[in-house]
Parts: sequence; C-alpha cells; structure tokens
Amino acid sequence: MEAFLHQIFSGLANGGIYASVALALVMIYQSTHHINFAQGEMAMFSTFIAWWMMQAGMPYWVAFFLTIAISFAGGLIIQRTILKPVEKAPVLTNVIVFIGLLVIFNSVAGWVFDHTIKPFPTPFPKGSFIESRYFSAHEVGTVLVMLCVLAVLFSFLRFTPIGLAMRAAAQNPESARLVGIRVSWMLGIGWGLAAAIGAVAGMMVAPIVFLDPNMMSGILLYGFAAALLGGIDNPWGAVIGGFIVGVLENLLGAYVIGTELKLSVALVLIVTTLTLKPNGLFGKAVVTRV
Amino acid sequence: MPDLLEVKGLTAAYGATQVLFDVDFTLAQGQITAILGANGAGKTTTLRAICQAVKTGGSVLFDGQQIVGKSTEAVVRLGVAQVPDGRGTFTALSVEDNLKLGAYVRRDRAEVARDIDRAYERFPRLKERRNQQAGTLSGGEQQMLAISRALMLRPRLLLLDEPSFGLAPLIVAEIFRIMRRINEEEKVSMLLVEQNASLALDLAHHAYLLETGRIAISGPSAQIKNDENVRRVYLGY
Repeated sequence: MEAFLHQIFSGLANGGIYASVALALVMIYQSTHHINFAQGEMAMFSTFIAWWMMQAGMPYWVAFFLTIAISFAGGLIIQRTILKPVEKAPVLTNVIVFIGLLVIFNSVAGWVFDHTIKPFPTPFPKGSFIESRYFSAHEVGTVLVMLCVLAVLFSFLRFTPIGLAMRAAAQNPESARLVGIRVSWMLGIGWGLAAAIGAVAGMMVAPIVFLDPNMMSGILLYGFAAALLGGIDNPWGAVIGGFIVGVLENLLGAYVIGTELKLSVALVLIVTTLTLKPNGLFGKAVVTRV
Repeated sequence: MPDLLEVKGLTAAYGATQVLFDVDFTLAQGQITAILGANGAGKTTTLRAICQAVKTGGSVLFDGQQIVGKSTEAVVRLGVAQVPDGRGTFTALSVEDNLKLGAYVRRDRAEVARDIDRAYERFPRLKERRNQQAGTLSGGEQQMLAISRALMLRPRLLLLDEPSFGLAPLIVAEIFRIMRRINEEEKVSMLLVEQNASLALDLAHHAYLLETGRIAISGPSAQIKNDENVRRVYLGY
C-alpha cells in the first residue's frame, strides 16, 4: 500500500512537469493553431543557462528567476524574428520552422555545453521540512512550484489588461486589431510566457532525469499526450491531463508494463485520444455554422 | 466645416482580385455619411480599406493625416472605431470584458469605467447580461454590444458595417434611434454601410452609391431619396 501511494505521489510530481509543458503547448496552440515542436528543446536550453549560471557561483533562486526572465525574452525574440515572417504562411512552413528550431537548440546545446550528462541541483534537498514518508522533498517542491506557475499564469491572463488582450487576440484576431490590440505582439508575449513556463519545467525535471541535450525529448512526448488528453484548446484541460498522464505512466510503469516501456504509454494515449475523443476530455468540439 | 475624412482614388484588392476602383468621397466633421449599394459592390471593402485591413492604394486623409500604409492598430489609435461585418464579438469573453477591450488603447481608467456605465444606460439589456458570455447574446444584443464596444474608444469616426443585418425591424429601429442620438449629442461622425437604403437615407446627411467598386451617384440623402430614377434603378423600391 505504501509503495502504491508512493507511486501515485511521484506520478503527481511528474504530472506537474507534464502539465506545464502541456500548458506551454496549449498557450501557443490557442493563438496560432500550431504545435511548437521545439518547446522541449527550448526548455532544455533554458535549463542549461540556469546550470551555467549556477556553475558560475550564482545562488539557486537567483539563477532560477533570472533564467525565467531570460527565457521569456528569448521566446519573445524568437517569435519576433523567426516566427513573425511566417505568421501567414501555411502550417507546414511553420512545422518546418519548429523542427528547425528543435534541431538548432539541440545541436547548439551539445556544442556549447557538450553532451556529457550533468547533475542539476534541486532547491529542495533531502531532509527538508516538506519531506514525508510517501514523497521526497523534490517531488512536493515540484508540485508546489508548478502550482505557483499555474496560479501566476492564470491570474495574469484573467486579471490584467494585457492578459485580456491576449485572450481577445487568440479568440478573434481581426476584431482584436479593430480595438487597437497589436495582435502580433500578443503572440510574441505568448511565446515568451510559453518559454518561461518551459524553463521552470526544465529546471524541475533536470534533477530527476539529469541534464543533457536530449533530456526533454521524452518529457515533450508526455506533454503532447497531456495536452491532447485534456483538450488542446483548453489550458485547464492541459493541466488536468498532465496530472493524469503522470500518475497513469507511473502506475503502469510500476505494475503493468515495466519501466522500459513507459514512454509507449504516451504514444498509446495520443493515438487513443485522437481516435476515440479527438477533442480531448475537456476540449470544445469544433462546430461551424454553414 | 472641414472634412474629417477625405478619400481620393481609393483602390483595394484581395490578392489579384481588385474590388475598389478609384473611389472618391468625403465625410464632413460631425456628419453621417451612408454608402449604399448591392451585394458585392464593395461597401464592406471600403470600410476595411479605411482601417487598412485589406491591401489599399490611393489616398485616405483622416483629419488631414494620410492613413494609407499604416497598420490597422495605428488607425484605431487615431480614433477610428469600427462595428465590423458580423459584429466581431469576442464570444467566449463576458459582455463587460468586451466593453473593456473597446477601450484597450485608452489610459484614463476612471473615464473608461464611466463610459461602461453610460453604455449600460444606453442599452440596459447589456447591463442585465454584463457577466454573461457574449456569444450567448441574441443577434440584436450582440449588435448593441458591438456599437457600445466601438464607442468605448471615444472615436472621432465610427465605421458601421450593416448594423441592421439579420435583426428584427423593432430592434433595428431602436438601434438606429440610438445611433442618431449618439451623432447629435456626442458629435461622433459616422460612415454607415447599409443594404437597407431607405433606413440609411433617413439617418444619413449625405450618401454615396457604390456600383461594382466605383461611386455611381452622390448627393445629400434627401435628394437621393426623392430622385425617382435613382430609386428605381439603384435602390429598387
């Protein structure tokens, strides 16, 4: 029983990470209807920046928040310089740009920081006060950090004028322009936020999977599964989907299929969702009036 | 009175398809001007061209300032609001959020709050539904919301695209009554595009008739309304 509970809790911790990757995907999908395949590699790169700053002697939390800020700026700049020229281009063009970014980030990370696997510190060391019998300090810490990220993001979108403008721009870009919203900049801010969320997810997962240029490839797959399961156009759905995927993957890995086949859970989930319930558990069915 | 809007040699095209050819018209400060015409004459495109939402050529002077070549957002910031074709409601947002968005470019928060109250006074039905998702409103209510949202900008020029479209006659009458009041009391100049010619001619001071992308006839509304020939050939009533 204790082992079972432990599996559930560590699943929730992973779920928090998947949830935020899913959320980052949904943020960009909602406004552009594109899935950013480079999301995981961007998060990996952010984590390397954090690692580099810590190597240089910076305290954990300073590096943590600085990395978030740098990632936000980076996401914004990528959208402004690389994505903006192809804003009106067909989907496939965008997909190719995303894949290009993925490869570039992966290679540059390997080139600059090399391919050796590096340990990444956790701010919640063994024996800190939040630890208990069922879960490690890092697991609780991860869940708490992720819940904070969600709370900050949702209040930003819900209660600030820019948040409102971003939602308006995502929903009806043409009308948004007619009230004076600079829609293209809203997409830029969306990219910045997505990159920042990804950075947090990267820094939270790195102590578990260790830091290397390929660290996020599996995580991104779980993030996809979570976003699709929850409904790709629904941020809340993405979060719930993340936690479901995390727990499911852990339980199946521990009791049914073994850890080697865990990643296939994500693939099976993606295929099942797309065949049985393409809009996801909480997604809106797309209805068009003709 | 000086012209608020001066359009000269306006052309507009969607890709390779040219829709407007050399359109000239003016709108005097504080007046309502109507653009009439059949389906496909280029009425909506004219409005879209003024706010630079379509590829345009020629010249559009707003208060003496050239706006061809500016972005839509920049034109809006000059004080040009639009009630777009199909109302442009932000369907998943609340009525109040829709109104707030109308004032997005304004920074005077207290005045914005006062303007929201005035919108509710003007259309009490919107107040009843202030927290409701705007997409759940009826067509008439959404049109009221679209007009109110556009007014939240405190525009100097209001562009209206078929405000009567798809609405019951009673509601149309109410909306047109309120538009007249807004024009008279708040001196908002309006450019009105309508299929319902008699309604538009009653409201507008001046009218232009658009025929396949060109101005065919222009004159004071009263004159156009009483011209037997114009009525028979162009307006069909």
